[in-house]
Amino acid sequence: MNGLQIVFLITAAVTLFAGGMMVGARRMMHAAMWLVLALMGVAVIFATLQASFFAVVQILVYVGAIAILIIFSVMLTRRAMEDEGQRVLPGWRSAALVAVTLFAVLVGFLATWQGFNAVLVELPGDAENLLALGLVLVDPQGYVLPFELASVLLLAALVGAIYIAVDRQEGNTP
Amino acid sequence: MIPLSWYLIFSAALFCLGLFGALSRKNAIAILMGVELMLNAVNVNLIAFWHFHAQARSEPYVGGLAFATMVFVVAAAEAAVGLALIISAYRRRQTIVVDELTLLKG
Repeated sequence: MNGLQIVFLITAAVTLFAGGMMVGARRMMHAAMWLVLALMGVAVIFATLQASFFAVVQILVYVGAIAILIIFSVMLTRRAMEDEGQRVLPGWRSAALVAVTLFAVLVGFLATWQGFNAVLVELPGDAENLLALGLVLVDPQGYVLPFELASVLLLAALVGAIYIAVDRQEGNTP
Repeated sequence: MIPLSWYLIFSAALFCLGLFGALSRKNAIAILMGVELMLNAVNVNLIAFWHFHAQARSEPYVGGLAFATMVFVVAAAEAAVGLALIISAYRRRQTIVVDELTLLKG
């Protein structure tokens, strides 16, 4: 067992623990903090996969932007989050059953694939892949159409979020 | 180096944790957090498979990376609109417990 494997195992354990604590946390603010830890763990996992650009984007987009959005929402809905009573729905046992079954089915199916036990070796050039990604995203033969669609989607989401969340007067709400 | 199976099992476990959170929690924000966890698990899978395919080729290969970029964008848009909806619902109904948001119930 080499150093990278130990890093992966520790990170995976921390991430899964943080995810479990997030799901089980009673106070929403604690859940948000555990979510941030889990997202940082995923960033380290990306780094072990030699996708260092995605590790940085993960920190920027998730830990930087989405976590802040979630924490703001938790604060803006503070009265409802002081959970007195149950924090889970009555049918949580069936939800757990669905999740465990899905995990078993996923791992069972993947284990029958012959590439399952393949070992990931080190890629020759990390920077070359990043360069090629930047070119292919604006290449008409590549992914320029999904790229532009993603831009339009982000703009639409921005306008839509402002329109939905804006504080209108009670009298003239539609 | 690390076997591909470790990544696949890890991301399956993370996905199922997120699924359980999204299905079982009462708080709408906790449901969105579960969805974020699921999207992250999908991204880990995508990048692991990208690495698996890229190491078999000599030239740079970026199909999986482009796919993961789109997942990032869609996740950001989903979080923004979802949280705006939750804040709007809280402003009108003073609750974000999904049990009590039954306006559409017949």
